[in-house]
Amino acid sequence: MIPLAGYLLVSAILFSIGLAGAVTRRNAIIVLIGIELMLNAANLNFIAFWRFSPNPEALSGVVFVLFSIAIAAAEAAVGLALIISIYRHRKTTDVEQMDSLKG
Amino acid sequence: MIDQVFVLLKGWLVNLAPASLQPFVSGVVSVAAIIAAFASLFALTTILERKGLGRIQNRYGPNRVGPFGLLQPAADGLKALTKEDLVPRDADAVVHYLAPLVLVVPAFLALAVLPMGRNMAAVDLDAGVLFFFAVGAATELSVFMAGWSSRNKYSMLGAMRAIAQMISYEVPLILSSVGVIMIAGSLSPEKIVEAQAGFSGWLPHWFVLTPWGLAGFILFLIAAAAESNRSPFDLPEGESEIIAGYYIEYSGFKFALFFLGEYIGMFAVCGLAITLFLGGWRPPLEFLDWIPSYVWFFGKLLSLIALAIWVRGTLPRLRMDQLMGFAWKFMLPMALINIAAAGIWHFTPPGVIRWLICLLLVAGPYVLLARGLIEHNRVAKRVYRYAE
Amino acid sequence: MTLSFAIIGAVTIASAIAAMTLRHLVHCALSLAITFAGLAALYLQLQAQFVGFAQLLVYVGAVAILIVFAILLTRGSGPETQPIYSSRWLAGVVVAVIVMAVLGGTILSSKTVSAHVEAAAFEPSVRRIGDQLMTRYVLPLEVLGLLLTAATIGAVILAIQENRPAKPGGHQ
Repeated sequence: MIPLAGYLLVSAILFSIGLAGAVTRRNAIIVLIGIELMLNAANLNFIAFWRFSPNPEALSGVVFVLFSIAIAAAEAAVGLALIISIYRHRKTTDVEQMDSLKG
Repeated sequence: MIDQVFVLLKGWLVNLAPASLQPFVSGVVSVAAIIAAFASLFALTTILERKGLGRIQNRYGPNRVGPFGLLQPAADGLKALTKEDLVPRDADAVVHYLAPLVLVVPAFLALAVLPMGRNMAAVDLDAGVLFFFAVGAATELSVFMAGWSSRNKYSMLGAMRAIAQMISYEVPLILSSVGVIMIAGSLSPEKIVEAQAGFSGWLPHWFVLTPWGLAGFILFLIAAAAESNRSPFDLPEGESEIIAGYYIEYSGFKFALFFLGEYIGMFAVCGLAITLFLGGWRPPLEFLDWIPSYVWFFGKLLSLIALAIWVRGTLPRLRMDQLMGFAWKFMLPMALINIAAAGIWHFTPPGVIRWLICLLLVAGPYVLLARGLIEHNRVAKRVYRYAE
Repeated sequence: MTLSFAIIGAVTIASAIAAMTLRHLVHCALSLAITFAGLAALYLQLQAQFVGFAQLLVYVGAVAILIVFAILLTRGSGPETQPIYSSRWLAGVVVAVIVMAVLGGTILSSKTVSAHVEAAAFEPSVRRIGDQLMTRYVLPLEVLGLLLTAATIGAVILAIQENRPAKPGGHQ
């Protein structure tokens, strides 16, 4: 059996990769992918902590992740719809060019 | 005894191996059996389909190779193996190579949870039905990979059509199986078959013999035909419009793999329909219990395949907007109403009254919806538009 | 068990890195699908069967396809010609490395985490999850349904074609 720390480390690495991608890439879709990665890393943490908790019968980690998956799906749908409608107006998906509110 | 011959054979084979290797050997034996059985069923189906379509279209079908053309699949296989494997120059080589594998492997995986006879499911998962739909999700990705990596307008168009169609019909497909899951109280295929055991009078307790079950079965079959790109939902391939869609640029063995994956997918989804609605491997009449269970499963499977061939030979292809309208405006509301009907069936005492209530609940909306959609030209009638 | 964890973990992390660094947007989306599948495998290893399959169904079957559609709709299916990283990429990488160092250091030095080596033997059945969802968590479930409906409507309204050209001879 892998100790809890193994899963937490994988999750931490995934979170950092997602963060790095989200703040460095220019394409809005890739930024969204990075955010999805961070959410997924958090889900892995929930499942790992639930598995190693003293009373897994409570199922709170599993239920939380199920809700989180549903919310992430909604978030992806709305986020991509936003990107598509911005693309329609400005013909770009580059986040550095979406700066019309800049002073 | 004859009923359990395959189970006993597997047990004997596994016992030959040393104890530490037994789980591994057990898995390998199951996998080998599934691949062998369904690959031969695939060969049989191709020849049956060509013969059957030939009969419907008033011609002979293949009759040159072997007696009655029965060796035609072997000849086709050899041809596919020896053909040159062409990859377009601009194609994305890695994705182009992976696409057929991503289609075939999940299709075979999905077969693992189906009980093909008494004690004859390769794995008995607690969430088996969910597993079935989860691995089915890879099909869409594979279709996209094939269509996009070929760098061909027709491929891309076919892939977009296929993905739009699969996503739309996946919703009614899953929703129409929810009723069964609710009544059986389990996601495990073994338990669902168990819930359909027994007879009242001479009628078996199959879910298809209830109002919501019949409606669910028909919805499931239609959605399954669309999911596996069978006629009349074969727009993604549409030979006459987009010349075979997402697998134009595939030749030789990769094309054969696509073909195999598509048929295995059809077998899997038909097998799930049998498990959910047609009582799995259980016989339709009590005194036929002596016939081995796997004979019933594969007999039912062959009848559903025959139905698919018949439909393919008879119905014309739909248009894209008709296809989408049908999924969202008809199938989805009907599937949702059907879940409510199953719920009411569960909570009313057995008798004529619950039959009537459920029948009304399913048939009423069906009539209203179908009438309404036809009157507004939403689904059925063809409108002709000419270039201006 | 340890070997399978190492393989799955390595594949998941490698495909996540690929998803964040590849030049071609479609390749990024496909690598992301592999990451999602790897995470589902990790859930299965943690005996969370239902969540693992739900992850496959939702992420590989829906979110990955959605992302691919968005890439195609924004004409991003060809290779990028401009630089793919933003001008201040170094600051971003430094922040990510710091976050990772803090997280990793905390995990490795924590006494509570290292105390949990053995997991309790418990296989959650789907029936139990369903019972919990319908009793204890029924209010969040309903709110979630509302949220998904709102998100669907919102996404349709956002992405719908604005000022659609009037149909010739048609009445709207």
